[in-house]
Amino acid sequence: MQVGKIFSRGDNVPTITLIAHTGEIHTLDVEEGTTVMEAAINNAVDGIIGECGGCCSCATCHCYIDSRWLDKLPVRGDLESEMLEFASSQAGPNSRLACQVEVTDALDGLVVTLPETQL
Amino acid sequence: MQKILVIGAGHGAGQLLDSLRRAGCEDSLTLVGEESWLPYQRPPLSKKFLSGEMSQERLAFRPEDFYTRHQIDTRLSCRAVALDRDAARVELCTGELLPYDRLAIATGARVRKLAVPGATLDGVHYLRGIDDARRLREDWIDKQEVCVIGGGFIGLEVAASARALGKNVTVVEAMDRLMARAVSPDLSEFFLATHTARGVRVLLNAGVEELLGTEQRVDAVRLTDGREIAAEVVLVGIGVLPNQELAARAGLACDNGILVNEFTQTSDDRIVALGDCTNHPNALLGRRLRLESVHNAVEQARTAAANLMGQKLAYNQPPWFWSDQFEYKLQMVGLSEGFDQVVMRGEPETGKFSLFCFHGDQLLAVESVNSPGDHMVGRKLLAACRYPTHQQAADRDFVLKNLL
Ligand SMILES: Cc1cc2nc3c(=O)[nH]c(=O)nc-3n(C[C@H](O)[C@H](O)[C@H](O)COP(=O)(O)OP(=O)(O)OC[C@H]3O[C@@H](n4cnc5c(N)ncnc54)[C@H](O)[C@@H]3O)c2cc1C
Ligand code: FES
Repeated sequence: MQVGKIFSRGDNVPTITLIAHTGEIHTLDVEEGTTVMEAAINNAVDGIIGECGGCCSCATCHCYIDSRWLDKLPVRGDLESEMLEFASSQAGPNSRLACQVEVTDALDGLVVTLPETQL
Repeated sequence: MQKILVIGAGHGAGQLLDSLRRAGCEDSLTLVGEESWLPYQRPPLSKKFLSGEMSQERLAFRPEDFYTRHQIDTRLSCRAVALDRDAARVELCTGELLPYDRLAIATGARVRKLAVPGATLDGVHYLRGIDDARRLREDWIDKQEVCVIGGGFIGLEVAASARALGKNVTVVEAMDRLMARAVSPDLSEFFLATHTARGVRVLLNAGVEELLGTEQRVDAVRLTDGREIAAEVVLVGIGVLPNQELAARAGLACDNGILVNEFTQTSDDRIVALGDCTNHPNALLGRRLRLESVHNAVEQARTAAANLMGQKLAYNQPPWFWSDQFEYKLQMVGLSEGFDQVVMRGEPETGKFSLFCFHGDQLLAVESVNSPGDHMVGRKLLAACRYPTHQQAADRDFVLKNLL
């Protein structure tokens, strides 16, 4: 099965940067339409669990969006906001569920920080 | 270095392998799976994958290179046929014998088959794996009349997906309400109204007598009361049975699932079992049970990984589950069975509410529709055995989180 296509840098796909709680930096080339949660899982980035597979049902994919990108993202839905209130690490105004953030060309360069824990 | 052998390549197995390597396990790992796919997520099969909104590659639990990177030997399209505990090895359908030091059984569950005349006609489908979902998707492309037998989660999700594709859908349910085994009557009522409003014809108290067909292909479902329902495609969703035979034949204790303790240990201390195939104790609920949910498979997998690494981590959490039907996200935590009072929080008319199921003062379960906040707080309350009063549960201005 072909899964989580990861392109080598240079291909014309958006690049996103995930910063782990430990400070470790992951720069990923992500096919458009992939969610930030899927990108993290497919590239073995620790710090995102994604237990429900992206159904907005578990809150184990909490992340913080770099403030420069916040207004480029589609707005946070009500259900997502409710889930975030119960994320294991304190949620803030720039918190999102990574499974609800789809990477698009407009998000090329997106920077995301991961919380200390998801459980 | 010991040899760890994992039988069954589903959700639980995927999580087990991930947890083992994450915890620094350097043992040799072999995964044997009957399906031709690496571990994947089943929930979308009745939801976004069926309606065509989600591609197959997005179902994968981990990308293909995860297995190579972590030196996991995968044997797909390969069924384990016998377990010899004295020799500590497993026989595959190819005749090959795989030795193990520790064995993990994660064989999941299989669909219960409909036992009426005509059940083997073409056009009669079940839904458990990717191959089933693909067959159903291909088959119903040019068909209009869909009959779903069984008004449980899978049946209702398929009904919603079929409606989204504009098909005519009839759901035939033997009990007097939908999802009767798993949810409280008020919730059944809400989903009955929802499905009906969306154009699904729901028949309750309806038994299936026979499937009728022409030239080997189904064209109608005959009910015990004589009614005939037009059906170009039939989807049967009447529950699952645990895949326990491999274990049972080898003498492992089984009783509606492979019996394990809170550490996922079977009656043989070299063998753990996890996921849909197990029957396990839950101290919070004070009894044994068999569950069919992602949460259970994932948590038992984490527990089993710890166990295989020589640590004792007891699995003891309130069970939770979700289901998506139309625009409604249903999330449930706890088990409502045995409730004597249900308290409504919010209003069903708004499509956003939760039902708190109590036995006396004790909270048993929280069933939420488009109210993930209530669901999340319910999980924490049940895990901590902190119960709101009936009044607090009903009062939307009372902040339940403050009880924690
Ligand atoms: C359509 C559908 C929708 C669902 N929706 C939800 C949902 O919304 N929320 C939720 O929480 N849960 C849902 N579930 C349930 C969830 O998917 C299961 O609980 C979960 O997959 C269980 O994981 P498991 O590893 O125990 O078993 P499985 O994922 O079933 O994996 C077991 C694997 O073992 C293989 N196997 C069996 N016997 C052998 C053998 N002898 N040798 C080799 N291989 C063998 C099987 O072929 C299978 O691939 C859904 C299930 C289905 C089918
Ligand atoms: S993966 Fe579960 S909420 Fe995002």
